[in-house]
Amino acid sequence: MVEKEMNQEQENKKSVDNEAQNQIKAEIKKPLFGSTLDELTALVLELGLPKFTAKQLADWLYKKEISSIEEMSNLSKKAREQLSEKYELGLKPSVKVQESKDGTKKYLFPTDSGKYIETAMIPDKNRKTVCVSSQIGCKMGCLFCMTGKQGFNGQLTAGEIVNQVRMIDEFSSITNIVYMGMGEPFDNLDEVLKSTEILTAEWGYAMSPRRITVSSIGIVPALKRFLNESNCNLAISVHTPFEEQRQQLMPVQLAYPLHEVLDEIRSFDFDNQRKISFEYIVFGGLNDSPEHVKEMARIFNGIKCRVNLIRFHPIPGTPLQQTDESRLQQFKDALNSKGILTIIRSSRGQDIFAACGLLSTKGL
Amino acid sequence: MQNELSIKSGSHFLFRNKVEGQIEVAEGKFLLTFEKQFELKAGHVVALTSGADIAPRIYSLCCGENEQYMQILYDLKPEGQLTPLLSTLKTGSYIYVSKPYGSFMPEKEMPMWWIATGTGIAPFRSMLQTGYKPQILLHGARVKDNFYFEREFKTALKAAYIQCYSGNEGVGDFFGRVSKYLEQKEQLPHDNKYYLCGRALMVVEVRDLLISKGIPYENIISEIFF
Repeated sequence: MVEKEMNQEQENKKSVDNEAQNQIKAEIKKPLFGSTLDELTALVLELGLPKFTAKQLADWLYKKEISSIEEMSNLSKKAREQLSEKYELGLKPSVKVQESKDGTKKYLFPTDSGKYIETAMIPDKNRKTVCVSSQIGCKMGCLFCMTGKQGFNGQLTAGEIVNQVRMIDEFSSITNIVYMGMGEPFDNLDEVLKSTEILTAEWGYAMSPRRITVSSIGIVPALKRFLNESNCNLAISVHTPFEEQRQQLMPVQLAYPLHEVLDEIRSFDFDNQRKISFEYIVFGGLNDSPEHVKEMARIFNGIKCRVNLIRFHPIPGTPLQQTDESRLQQFKDALNSKGILTIIRSSRGQDIFAACGLLSTKGL
Repeated sequence: MQNELSIKSGSHFLFRNKVEGQIEVAEGKFLLTFEKQFELKAGHVVALTSGADIAPRIYSLCCGENEQYMQILYDLKPEGQLTPLLSTLKTGSYIYVSKPYGSFMPEKEMPMWWIATGTGIAPFRSMLQTGYKPQILLHGARVKDNFYFEREFKTALKAAYIQCYSGNEGVGDFFGRVSKYLEQKEQLPHDNKYYLCGRALMVVEVRDLLISKGIPYENIISEIFF
């Protein structure tokens, strides 16, 4: 009897909890920002609004600077009210900005899930490059990366990715976007592809896909999709041409070996404009030998590519070392002499932990 | 039923293979047994799928080198493509499996520590069944039922098998995660090999911890689930 009463009590509590949850769900408005034109079309039709309203919405979201649905002045009052009932604009300002002595800025953005992500803005002569995050944390566990040390805390939506471009102070003067911030973009490919669509579509920000680079460690099934469904540039993190050594640095090598990644790239028909680059962090005494140069020449054979050498920025708990400048220069020259176009990427924002491999929101 | 004798996926050839049995060892965790078509080494992995239309995934084998069958231990991911299908397989069904391969292999005569969480215990069961024994096996779990093969490890390793329990049922030999156990350990032997298998966060955390305690990086061998 007592047990029965307790069960009834639990049932009642469950029903109250469900009601409360449904109420909360109804009160949480969905963000419009981050929707593609197709999604906006489906949304306006569902609300019984004319189809052309979708294009008007895209204009307000991606061509104009507004801060509320109420400001969408070419929509009827009724349409704005209908939209406001279920939706919000969805733009999120940064909550913190740090500036490096070299002009690089690091922005901290909140996410819908109550966590934080970092975005870097790197000015360089006539360029302003935004380095966006695609995930909160990362699952890949690369030995040299700070982001991996916080583990994986969730995926970003397309809106949260594009918000990092839209809500920085330099938005109007951005020239390039790189997906090299926190996370592995190919582990969140649906949202990454949606975000590049918004950035490049005529109804969106209409940026050239040649100014956008998505960087990955090379998850092969996602790589195939990306090559077929996007026109953006591709960067692959290589870090050593020797597969056994790569597995020590990048555990993903076991699941997606480098030769499979390169085979996939080799089999794809690139046009002359789309760029492929290989990212290579140079570790002192580990991957900067003449044997590495020879092997890189062998494995990159037949791929029109560029190699970006990156200085290693030491992080706590890693046995890896920086290489010295003269050795780095020699390594670059040796690769160039083998016919591999190679540059040394300058290190920026190191003093504010905005440089390559240093982004992390673990302490927040 | 799958008809092709072999399929190619990436650089892997996967061969048609008959399922010999499947049991749910804990809620949503399955032990799949299938034909042994190739020799294996303890610590090896295979690429495995249910058919040509689904991309294979990599699984650690969890059976010894001399067993007459092969086994994997997997976690059903309801939102995934492969494991919901695998979980419905019956004896006599077909799957596709690559030749075993990998580098997460024990070195003979070398003292080892094995550190695993959840289904990351799989390669260590393979090692144990093959005849290897560690100085210590740390197995972390949040649910009591997830100390898979508990009896086998307890019988073979006795006090060297340490369950690190981070749930709230009051079981296990140590209360807390494997990283907490290692953190509290004042001295760790520097000349042992440390084998880590599990999710990225555990592997990265333990890897950093071991390095901070002076273990040379070349003595840390890790395998991460993706």
